[in-house]
Amino acid sequence: MCTVCGCSDGETKVHGHSHDHHHHDHDHGHHRHHHYHDHHHYGHGPAGTEVPGMSQERLIEIETDILSKNDRYAQANRAVLTAQGVLALNLVSSPGSGKTTLLCKTIEALGNQPLAVIEGDQQTQNDADRIRATGARAVQVNTGKGCHLDGHMVGHAMEHLALEAGSILFIENVGNLVCPAAFDLGEDAKVAILSVTEGEDKPLKYPDMFTAARLAILNKIDLAPHCDVNLDLYETNLRRVNPGIEILHLSARTGEGMAEWLAWLRTHLAEKAIQEAAQ
Amino acid sequence: MHEMSLCEGMRSVIEDQARHHNVARITRVRVEIGRFAGVETKALHFAFDVVMRGSVADGAELVTLDLPGRALCYDCMKEVEIDARLDPCPLCGGGKLMPQGGDEMRIKDLEVA
Repeated sequence: MCTVCGCSDGETKVHGHSHDHHHHDHDHGHHRHHHYHDHHHYGHGPAGTEVPGMSQERLIEIETDILSKNDRYAQANRAVLTAQGVLALNLVSSPGSGKTTLLCKTIEALGNQPLAVIEGDQQTQNDADRIRATGARAVQVNTGKGCHLDGHMVGHAMEHLALEAGSILFIENVGNLVCPAAFDLGEDAKVAILSVTEGEDKPLKYPDMFTAARLAILNKIDLAPHCDVNLDLYETNLRRVNPGIEILHLSARTGEGMAEWLAWLRTHLAEKAIQEAAQ
Repeated sequence: MHEMSLCEGMRSVIEDQARHHNVARITRVRVEIGRFAGVETKALHFAFDVVMRGSVADGAELVTLDLPGRALCYDCMKEVEIDARLDPCPLCGGGKLMPQGGDEMRIKDLEVA
């Protein structure tokens, strides 16, 4: 049984070499040169509970946030990450915005910087395979029917990654601009990735995600001249739903804007080290 | 948005509370939902009935209480109440508003059989 949450067999499926508790082993010979090769699968349903006895009370006032359980897992993750000075970023976007390509290029550009990746998708471990091809450690979490990662899934994935102090943890959420906005994972910041082909009004259509994000990366900027896009309008709309949002223009393909993105990462990693030292 | 997941969260909170208070059946659940929480009330009711099956709140009535949306206007720097997420500031007409509340999703109380 899981020591963090008490979850039992049947809720979680993991395929991996680095095996602990309730996860199932699954050998992948074609990736044998990588140390970490984990694959978590969630397909859950609530467990029934019988509660004997009755109370005399008519009304129980609880005033409890519906997502309080998730928030507790997220806080536990945050405590672990801060104690190690790990900068955790929750990458959110629609499917197809170029998150995985951006991550691969970022990992290459960061060179010796210790880092790890948690990949969230409903199915397949294609993205984790792409990340591992760069030499980085990655765990794939499959959410099954779920539309977002939650604090519990990320906590388990973190156990499998054996995070180094001072590293960056990239959490690539399920491609979805709606639900991941509400689920805290314990990250330092959400980074929203928006490709220029998606339409300038995307931030207005899905305001919650862009309100929750600290940084928006306007990706595939090299395509802008080919698709009649108004980059100023993207910025105006982003600031309309989140006046404090930071915005970077970037092309993972050409490398334009990568230097600014890497500088942003290094600045926030340094801030995290200060937080760790202050503890 | 993810009304099914929200109801699973509610079920977990309700079951914990039922255990804690030694309660066998919950007949009514009141939840406060902020204007900006992105929760579709109809979908929440549908998901609630499905997710609560077999739990202490099986067949319970779900009551949703609306909470207003509040935002800070970056033009006049006042906190204002707005109906819709993209409404302009009712005081100065400004269009840059940062939500300050209204994203609540909270179980207020449980009525016990």
